[in-house]
Amino acid sequence: MQYTLLIYADPTAGPSPGSPEFQERHDAWMSYTQAMIDAGVHIAGEALQPTQAATTVRQRDGETLTVDGPFAETKEILGGFYILDTPNLDDALTWAGRAPHLGEGSVEVRPVMTFA
Amino acid sequence: MRGPAVLDRVAHEEGGRIIATLIRHVGGDFALAEDALQDAYAVAAATWGTGNGPVPDNPGAWLTTTARRRAIDRLRRARALDDRIRVLEALATREGDGEDEGEGEDDAMDSSLHDDRLRLLFTCCHPALPLEARVALTLKSLGGLSTGEVARAFLVSEVAMHQRLTRARRKIADKGIPYRVPPDELLPERLAGVLAVVYLVFNEGHTAAAGARLVREELCGEALRLGRLLADLMPDEAEVLGLLALMLLTDARRAARLDARGRAVPLADQDRGRWDAEAIAEGAALLDRALRLRRPGPYQLQAAIAALHATALSWAETDWAQIAALYAALAAHDPSPVVTVNRAVAVGFADGPRAGLALLRALDGDPALGDYPPLHAARAELLRRAGDRAGADAAYARAIAATANAVQRAELEARRAANAAQTT
Repeated sequence: MQYTLLIYADPTAGPSPGSPEFQERHDAWMSYTQAMIDAGVHIAGEALQPTQAATTVRQRDGETLTVDGPFAETKEILGGFYILDTPNLDDALTWAGRAPHLGEGSVEVRPVMTFA
Repeated sequence: MRGPAVLDRVAHEEGGRIIATLIRHVGGDFALAEDALQDAYAVAAATWGTGNGPVPDNPGAWLTTTARRRAIDRLRRARALDDRIRVLEALATREGDGEDEGEGEDDAMDSSLHDDRLRLLFTCCHPALPLEARVALTLKSLGGLSTGEVARAFLVSEVAMHQRLTRARRKIADKGIPYRVPPDELLPERLAGVLAVVYLVFNEGHTAAAGARLVREELCGEALRLGRLLADLMPDEAEVLGLLALMLLTDARRAARLDARGRAVPLADQDRGRWDAEAIAEGAALLDRALRLRRPGPYQLQAAIAALHATALSWAETDWAQIAALYAALAAHDPSPVVTVNRAVAVGFADGPRAGLALLRALDGDPALGDYPPLHAARAELLRRAGDRAGADAAYARAIAATANAVQRAELEARRAANAAQTT
């Protein structure tokens, strides 16, 4: 079954860029991803640029509105995602539980919709 | 016995086992298994002992076989066959192998039924399901209650309970929750989750959170039944034995908890002769077995406390020092307000009411506990015994205002009146 791991994090929490901890965290993400690839479960995965780089498009009364930034202001933002193929939810949860940022962030595990 | 009576009995006694087997046969598809069994019940209701056929010699095996054929039929009729072909093939190979037609004494079959029920229990109690769904699924799939009985026990309509169960089964399929006993690395966490569901059912039965009755025996009975099933399936898990011991030792007091007029009787005033000696002996023996495994845990500690109460000859002879020490150990495992309140009560008897009140002070200022009746009731008792009648009266008033169970509220009101009437 395919699952998406949505990586949520508070951009103000976690190690700051340039610090040795930041480099450690980066390496941790790299080896986390590599472990998924080695286990043969990794389908895709990307980190996303911060929400400052986001543009949101909506349509209201037939008019298209384009605005800077994310749709809603929340503390935790979507920072990246993985798509995994694992036998069941427990395996996906185990992978989610190994994400390096869980001390200050979270992972939402969502099954990928299949259309018959 | 006539057909409908046989069907009622078999559905009640063997329904859980049959559904567990079916779920395994159809690759973990709860909804399909449940639908197929309902189909089989319908066929049985229409045929057993009527002009359409006799009551079968082995009704359980008949239902299993019929439900499996219904599952095959449902699968064949389903449109999205892609991932179902595999299931169909697996089902087809079981046809005619006689697995269910035996006498039920075959070891291999017993052990596979055994495993099925354990799988089912862990699946129903999976943490990815909402708690109310875990409870409802566990009671419905492994207990002996009908959907209507589960609904009444939780004070919701049968329609609402049916929808809750349907949504829960859909969630199991949609999320890909596995139908299995978790591997070793997940087992401690998941087993704790299963035990928590069983204990929640027991507690809801032992002291109903709302409504006119204090005890809902049907829920206590189901929790004990699940506890026995678990102890049977996992005889070497200390906390499994600890939980069953705790439930037996607590439930043993049931007959003495209400007086002839349905009023709650506090532990201090209960007629100990009405406690169930057999249940106490069984609980104490189970606790001994659990303790010998040398893996202590919160259920064993609570069972040990319950055992001290159950074996004390009178309220006055209760070993409060030992109980207070056990609560201190329990607080280290589980620093919850419930434990703190009970510990304060025990310390209040072991070391005096002021020592108990000092422990309760740690809970002051927790806004979540403003409406927690046991906290206010315990404080009221301790204040009364410390001679602060006005303080006790205010605490009783808060406890009464927060209590939704009518029987418990009446008991608190009686204690408040006794406190007010006391002359100094």
